[in-house]
Amino acid sequence: MSKINCQCGHENPFGTVLCERCGRPQTTEAKQSETVDMRYEGSARRSQTYKRSIIDRIWNFFSSVKIGISIIVAVLVTSAIGTLFPQKLYVPVSTDADIAAYYERLYGVFGTIYYKLGFYDMYNSWWFITLVGMLGTSIIIASVDRVFPLYKSLKKQRTKRHASFMKVQRIFGEGSSDDPDEALGKAEEKLKSLRYNVKTEEGALLAEKNRFSRWGPYINHAGLIIFLFGILLRGIPGFYVDETMWIREGETRSIPGAPGYFLESKGFILENYTKDEAKEIYGEALDRVGSIAKNYQTDVALYKNKEGGLPGQSEHRKLEKEYSIIVNKPLTFDGYSIFQMDFRLDELKAMTFQLTQKETGKSLGEFTVDLVDPEDTYELAEGTKVKLLDYYPDYDGVENGEPVSKSPIPNNPAFIFEMVTPEKPDGERSFVAIRQTLETEENAYKVNFIKADTRDISGLTIRKDRTLYILLFGGIIFMIGVAMGSYWNHRRIWIQKGKDNTLLIAAHTNKNWFSLKKELNQVQDIAHLPAYEDRLDKESTSENLEGDQQ
Amino acid sequence: MALASISSNLLFVSFIAYLIATLFFGGAIKGGKAETTDKNNKWGKVAITITIIGFLCHIGYFITRWIASGHAPVSNMFEFTTAFGMMLVGSFILLFFLYRTPSLGLFALPIAIIIIGYASMFPKEITPLIPALKSYWLTVHVITAALGESILAISAVAGLIYLLKNVDLTKKSKQRFWLEAVMFTLVLVIGFVVSSTAFSIAGYEAKFTYIDKNEAPAKIEYNYPPLFGMHEYKALTEGAMEPIAEMPPIVNAKTLTTFVWSIGTGIVLYVLLRLIFRRPLAMVLQPFAKKANSQLMDEIGYRSVLIGFPVFTLGALIFAMIWAHEAWSRFWGWDPKEVWALITWLFYAAFLHLRLSRGWEGEKSAWLAVIGFIIIMFNLIAVNLIIAGLHSYA
Ligand code: HEM
Repeated sequence: MSKINCQCGHENPFGTVLCERCGRPQTTEAKQSETVDMRYEGSARRSQTYKRSIIDRIWNFFSSVKIGISIIVAVLVTSAIGTLFPQKLYVPVSTDADIAAYYERLYGVFGTIYYKLGFYDMYNSWWFITLVGMLGTSIIIASVDRVFPLYKSLKKQRTKRHASFMKVQRIFGEGSSDDPDEALGKAEEKLKSLRYNVKTEEGALLAEKNRFSRWGPYINHAGLIIFLFGILLRGIPGFYVDETMWIREGETRSIPGAPGYFLESKGFILENYTKDEAKEIYGEALDRVGSIAKNYQTDVALYKNKEGGLPGQSEHRKLEKEYSIIVNKPLTFDGYSIFQMDFRLDELKAMTFQLTQKETGKSLGEFTVDLVDPEDTYELAEGTKVKLLDYYPDYDGVENGEPVSKSPIPNNPAFIFEMVTPEKPDGERSFVAIRQTLETEENAYKVNFIKADTRDISGLTIRKDRTLYILLFGGIIFMIGVAMGSYWNHRRIWIQKGKDNTLLIAAHTNKNWFSLKKELNQVQDIAHLPAYEDRLDKESTSENLEGDQQ
Repeated sequence: MALASISSNLLFVSFIAYLIATLFFGGAIKGGKAETTDKNNKWGKVAITITIIGFLCHIGYFITRWIASGHAPVSNMFEFTTAFGMMLVGSFILLFFLYRTPSLGLFALPIAIIIIGYASMFPKEITPLIPALKSYWLTVHVITAALGESILAISAVAGLIYLLKNVDLTKKSKQRFWLEAVMFTLVLVIGFVVSSTAFSIAGYEAKFTYIDKNEAPAKIEYNYPPLFGMHEYKALTEGAMEPIAEMPPIVNAKTLTTFVWSIGTGIVLYVLLRLIFRRPLAMVLQPFAKKANSQLMDEIGYRSVLIGFPVFTLGALIFAMIWAHEAWSRFWGWDPKEVWALITWLFYAAFLHLRLSRGWEGEKSAWLAVIGFIIIMFNLIAVNLIIAGLHSYA
């Protein structure tokens, strides 16, 4: 590609709009327009220059801000659609058929369409992930396309610019001065006191401040990329653990996802606010809504397998710490966190029964069945025992003449007992469930329910996420960049002598023109510079601008 | 109890102060010359002084309520919305001192007033915190997010002024229609406040039982005459109005009833206003915007987005993720409220990028700012009350 030779003698790369050195407009478009687009200093960018090969096309596609915005809007719209109905994650059923039915039952035709289109799992869908991928690509390419030319041209810029460069700036003024040199001197002094970096060259002056803010967007984009990269890493095994466990009071279990660690639940606590608590101020609220939960807590002990110890044997474990896991206060160890997430109150733990003689009502003794680990036989006295022939923890009726259990959790226990007594040494059989006793033939003895012991279960989530620090780092970088670019602005003021005792002034900022003008006015007052015009503000003649003169 | 009542009195004082300050800002614009500054205008000075007094009282409300309840008063709809109104005024004061434009006050304060009015329609009593909300990260997150949103909202105020000034209201156009639609929406919010206040003064209440969407029996209390009944409702209060229609289980008929009453009242109010002024409301307000400088309003709009965007990112995304990680074990869960924070963020990112290319300044940018405010309000109102997720306040 051919270079562009400027009148000042500088050789510019192909695609340059404003000469890198003197600022003269190079394209016919730039020469004709009243103000010039200063965004990248009119420098040559790859995307504006090469348009031939496939790679060029892809590059140009992703570096376009228009495309970038379209991608952002596409992510926005798909995200919004995903909130129309609850996502799969928040639906209380799990099989595909149930999910489909759930959407249909609650949302009718719309629910069915929503389900069919796959919107019920929007954020894991391939198109959503593709969009986010495109967003990342676009951020990277657009940034690379711009940051290098911008850096180069800001570095190369000359103090003295050609008059044609000054004339196409948004803020421009020209007028005669009694003593241009004195004016320049005073202006320099004032600009320095306003903390500008001032450079001078042959009757020309360039005052510049906060150039670093121009790097803000690139730094914040880098932060976003780091963040997205962190998310990508969670796919790699070992970087990310997400497990749940249910643990009963008094139980010790190995922690899923954390090999070698064991957790013992010493008890689950649920507290509600009470009215006589010190803060009687809540009384009104409690009256209105009834009870309000105050605390969910699981008291635990954490154990670790001793080195060389056999897993599962309690004498080989070492107590690591005791802790109360509360909502918002997870137990943390070795990169893992365990959270209090859920609970179930009053699961049946054991049931106590009594063996009685039906006719007399006389008791032959009591026995207690541990519902998680029942025994085969309960000896009551010499020649008197109850055998547990069968046990159905979660009894769900009779199928094909056989009682069935829905799950191994003792929600609705049922038993088949054989009662052996001196009177009936061959034993009598009885089926005992909650509020129900069945006998195959008339028995002389029966098993009576006396009482049940219950305990609570805690639902815990185990999480290990090594990417968190990467994500946090990305977030911090983003914040630094975005603050740099938003709270500081890159301002430049050019003042130079023209022909016959005239002075030219021009100014540019990437944002916040109001403050730039305020500073320029202060310089103007002291150095008696010619009046300037803001070419985009068509309404004000500068003196009666609202809020102009503080 | 004393502290709590001091707190609500302070809130009341600030509410009145904002009302009075609005009048003075109006005076500052009316009395001033074209595009006047507050430097040579007594009205403007008085107006900002009263605003600041009101704001201090508002902060007083916030602090005393914090002390009384023992937690930051941002834990239910009333508290959060009131705090949002407070921050809106704070953000306005900040931008006023950067730009000294009385017209900004004339439009920002009434919006703050409407928001506070809206807030006070929710149960005001102090509630204890449920376990999930007990975290200082929550406090930090909510306060920063609300602050960011309130600064972003100022850009909508500047945008509105820009539009009132620049949209030609004498000719029929899309712009004119939508501008009037914005006015109408504001009147609807007032309609909600008016109707809700009226029925609560009258002490209306009607109780029902119904079957909820998980097919479990439940109870509900209406504060409006029930237009719509819950799924399989049965009245408990004798002599209550019979609902006109029964709703399927997914529709909260109580919310719908409130909604329809508010819209009805709003429409009546709007028609009355039109009859009194004999002009579209945008036209009534237009003279108040005439003295603003368009270029400056455009810049205030852009600047407030620039100031607000980083604050919003920090509060609504970063702090939110940190807290969500502690409370729910995951930093992001695609809960509707989270998604809408993301949407708001993406929207303002798009806004900033659109400004990179010329042509998206001035009027287009003003419309975007107004849309941004609508998204923020949607997040506050609709997502909380209708698309209830984990975040929804009781
Ligand atoms: C959600 C994702 C994004 C966020 C949060 C973001 C954020 C920002 C911010 C805050 C600025 C500064 C704006 C200003 O100062 O007015 C900026 C500038 C910019 N962004 Fe993005 N951006 C995102 C995505 C993109 C994408 C996809 C592109 C691709 C075209 C892009 C291209 C640019 C460009 C070219 C600039 C101007 C740089 C300059 O002024 O030198 N951004 N971005």
